[in-house]
Amino acid sequence: MALPSREEMQLAFSLRHGEILAGKFGKASVAVCGLGGLGSNIAVCLARAGIGRLHLIDFDRVDISNLHRQQYFADQLGMYKTEAMKENLARIAPYCRVETDTVKLTAENIPALLAGEEIICEAFDRAEEKSMLVDAVAESFPEKYLVCGSGMAELASANLIRTRKLGSRFYLCGDGTNGVKSGGGLFATRVMACAAHQAHMVLRLIAGETEP
Amino acid sequence: MVRINGKEIAAAGKTVAECLSDGGFDKTRVAVEINGNIVPKSRYEAAILADGDSVEIVSFVGGG
Repeated sequence: MALPSREEMQLAFSLRHGEILAGKFGKASVAVCGLGGLGSNIAVCLARAGIGRLHLIDFDRVDISNLHRQQYFADQLGMYKTEAMKENLARIAPYCRVETDTVKLTAENIPALLAGEEIICEAFDRAEEKSMLVDAVAESFPEKYLVCGSGMAELASANLIRTRKLGSRFYLCGDGTNGVKSGGGLFATRVMACAAHQAHMVLRLIAGETEP
Repeated sequence: MVRINGKEIAAAGKTVAECLSDGGFDKTRVAVEINGNIVPKSRYEAAILADGDSVEIVSFVGGG
């Protein structure tokens, strides 16, 4: 079946979100740092919401161990996550401008790679990398919004996952405590709940709402 | 008194680095926010907590 036109997609967004919000979402741009369980789900949520541009950054390839919680398909194993996600988003939201960087984010390259962004989602796996990204953004871009995720492992209650505003432009989603232990569990349901909190906070920021 | 993660603690005059060490935090896994602003790690040794400051120390856990 032929793809809907840009105008048809925009009309559908307007009918669902209202013309004003649909317009704001369509003009917005968001960076997603990491395309694993959090980042792949955040990217899908934001594309479905009609965000105009997504900047996706990840160095890794799709692995069989990702399929239980990440938004990739079994026929995409071995692909770079940036390329696989770009392909998937093109089927969900064909007029979303998806820009990718297949690179590992470091304290050194963050200033150049994130300079043009207003809203940044942290979606890394390791605690040290989450801390590094917050630090690099605080050092170079204290004016940018940063939405992080921490604590979504195990089968603990999904109700423990929440969004907290910790700084004037710093938000933290998750339960804050349940991390991945060696061999410990990550479940699509809880990871997606945290990703949805992050994506939702982003939508609220774009709408002009700064409280969680 | 300084309010750290919701608790009143006698930490006025201490640096962020001392405060993290007292609390047993791993500097490589945290984010520190004072009165609404994130403190970069490069300032942990120099930033001194004052009476009435509100501090949040986030200790990240893995998973994503």
